[in-house]
Amino acid sequence: MIIELLVSAFILIGATFALIGSIGLLRLPDFYTRLHGPTKATTLGISGMLIASGLYFSTGSHDATSLHEILVLLFLFITAPVSAHLLVKAALHRRVYSVAKRPQVLARGQRAQAAVKEREHR
Amino acid sequence: MLRRLLRTWFPHPLLSLTLLMIWLLLNNSLGLGNLLLGTVLALTLSRLTANFWPERPHILKPLKLLRYLVQLFFDILIANLQVAVLILGPRKRLRPTFVELPLELTDPFAITVLASVISLTPGTVSADVIPAAEATSTTAKASGQTGDPPGNPSGAILLVHSLDASDPAALLQQLKQRYEAPLLEIFR
Repeated sequence: MIIELLVSAFILIGATFALIGSIGLLRLPDFYTRLHGPTKATTLGISGMLIASGLYFSTGSHDATSLHEILVLLFLFITAPVSAHLLVKAALHRRVYSVAKRPQVLARGQRAQAAVKEREHR
Repeated sequence: MLRRLLRTWFPHPLLSLTLLMIWLLLNNSLGLGNLLLGTVLALTLSRLTANFWPERPHILKPLKLLRYLVQLFFDILIANLQVAVLILGPRKRLRPTFVELPLELTDPFAITVLASVISLTPGTVSADVIPAAEATSTTAKASGQTGDPPGNPSGAILLVHSLDASDPAALLQQLKQRYEAPLLEIFR
């Protein structure tokens, strides 16, 4: 009984954060800020679900402790930052519209690129 | 001789150990058969992929790494709540900013860990690593400084996008102290 309550509580917490992540995806003003929504949903949203799953499958009529959830969490925490990083990198490269001021460090690389283009043009 | 033999046959002991743990977790059992099969897999896989990992990560303080991960867990929890408030709050209040974090870390593996940690904590996403060659001249010009800023031997810059940074300098300070400083001690 208590386990069931705990499991439902964790599922609800996870679902709430997944929902907030999706709302972020919908509401935030530009590509870069929108990216924050889903990357966040994966951390706490999925963690909540996984804790619930681990609890549920480790108790009651299930005989063994379920540890697959740890693996899911591990893989997710390794891959999520990499995909987010590549998305931002690609967006910066393509000069996707940004509310935040475009970082100055990138300027030099672009000047070099522009020079190459000019040379090709001639 | 023995050392070289060990290096060829067990190029990445940490990787092998992790693979074995993953295998056991996948099977959800600690049986002898699984242990043996897992060991064989862990050793062959790390040997076969050795060319992709030219250098081993040097973890100097494993205990500190553990403490770092626990702290990270709680940080993720708190930051998630803060970002939830930001997302649901009024949109005009947001101040998204790119901040440039001058890296003190030089080990590529440690930099990867730092970038991932920054992306995992809600509110910040690491956007790009700019190598020293491209970074130095522009930042010096941009901020009116000459030469490298102190404490930045590698000269590389980690570009971080923050969802809401009203005070970029404070955010930088926090990222450096909370996440980079421990990594400097843990990895060589």
